[in-house]
Amino acid sequence: MALSSVLQSPAPGFNFDNAARNAALGRNDGGHTPKPLKTGTTIAGVVFKDGVVLGADTRATSSEVVADKACAKIHYISPNIYCCGAGTAADTEKTTDLLSSNLTIFSLNSGRNPRVVMAANILQDMLYRYRGQIGANLILGGVDCTGNHLYKVGPYGSVDKTAYLSMGSGDLAALGILEDGFKPDLEMEQAKDLVRAAIQAGIMSDLGSGNNIDICVITRDGVDYIRPYQESEFTDDRTIKYKYRPGTTRVLTEKVVPLKLEVVHESVKKMVTG
Amino acid sequence: MNTLDVRSQLKDSVPVAGFGPHGSYGLQDSLRTGFTSIKNELIPSHSLELSEKNFQVNQDKMNMSTLRNIQGIHAPLKLKMELKAATQIQRLPFLPSSHLALDTLRGSDETIGFDDILNDPNQSEVMGEPHMMVEYKLGVL
Repeated sequence: MALSSVLQSPAPGFNFDNAARNAALGRNDGGHTPKPLKTGTTIAGVVFKDGVVLGADTRATSSEVVADKACAKIHYISPNIYCCGAGTAADTEKTTDLLSSNLTIFSLNSGRNPRVVMAANILQDMLYRYRGQIGANLILGGVDCTGNHLYKVGPYGSVDKTAYLSMGSGDLAALGILEDGFKPDLEMEQAKDLVRAAIQAGIMSDLGSGNNIDICVITRDGVDYIRPYQESEFTDDRTIKYKYRPGTTRVLTEKVVPLKLEVVHESVKKMVTG
Repeated sequence: MNTLDVRSQLKDSVPVAGFGPHGSYGLQDSLRTGFTSIKNELIPSHSLELSEKNFQVNQDKMNMSTLRNIQGIHAPLKLKMELKAATQIQRLPFLPSSHLALDTLRGSDETIGFDDILNDPNQSEVMGEPHMMVEYKLGVL
């Protein structure tokens, strides 16, 4: 915003005013732009006999530092649809929030639970519009009146529909496990264990994935969001607590200055209701 | 569909330094207009800037042309007439307009996108000077 007064009201939506400045700063600094919080991740999903199982790890990284050890990557979309998100954390959050809001409006208008294909189409349109600048790799899974569905949506708007999927930086490791263990019409416990093993493989083989494993089981009867399904064995046991009890710092002096306020003008206006 | 040549990448309106809000003595006012760079003013610095600015227009064009091919000229004519009438229902430029009829016609009263969350015009940080804004809109600035 270079002007302090404007000739037209600013258009709603994305504001590109600082794009030129940011590009120039990046060039001056030698390309050191601030890194966004990514969920270098392993997410996976499997369709089984009665529904869909989604799984995710819980590590969020900001370049080489683990920024969040208990990140929730399985987002709520609607009572029958959940979505795992990999990529830039803020992008997946906001995109899934928008999708959830749109589907809520739809179900309020029509009185029905939304279908998974509708969610996939909305995502596809939204992500294609922004040409991949929104870094959201999503696995959409849900149960609706037409059956159990699992969709994969890429950042450029590509959609893939298969019975087992994995995405994120640990996707190759997870996919190996899924390819080996997947059979059509699995039972619930088998499916949960398959997804758990796939995420575990991702955690072991990829630096961007780690900590706990979350599982979400969606069936026609409801949703079971198990967080955490498996906890990491490597928790840090801090020997010293960093919380100081009150009174640790000695108070030397105390001075209270009352602020004198005087009532200048008082008026009561009755509100007309009803 | 990557047949865009450089000309189509140019911004539609090029702010020329020296016109618009004047500094004293008619000189370019760096304090208010900021530093000028011809390259910045001609070619957008973000790949999405132009496509976002023209998004609604392009969508409409695409939809109308499909409609014309399927149903004949009457369909886009009627829709365009209604849209034009609805676009004219607005307040003066410095006041927020609700665009209720326009939203209902377009169906955007039932969808939420980034332009409903980001940069809400009701919470804008900048305020226009009413007379200048009306003059700019009428083209007599």
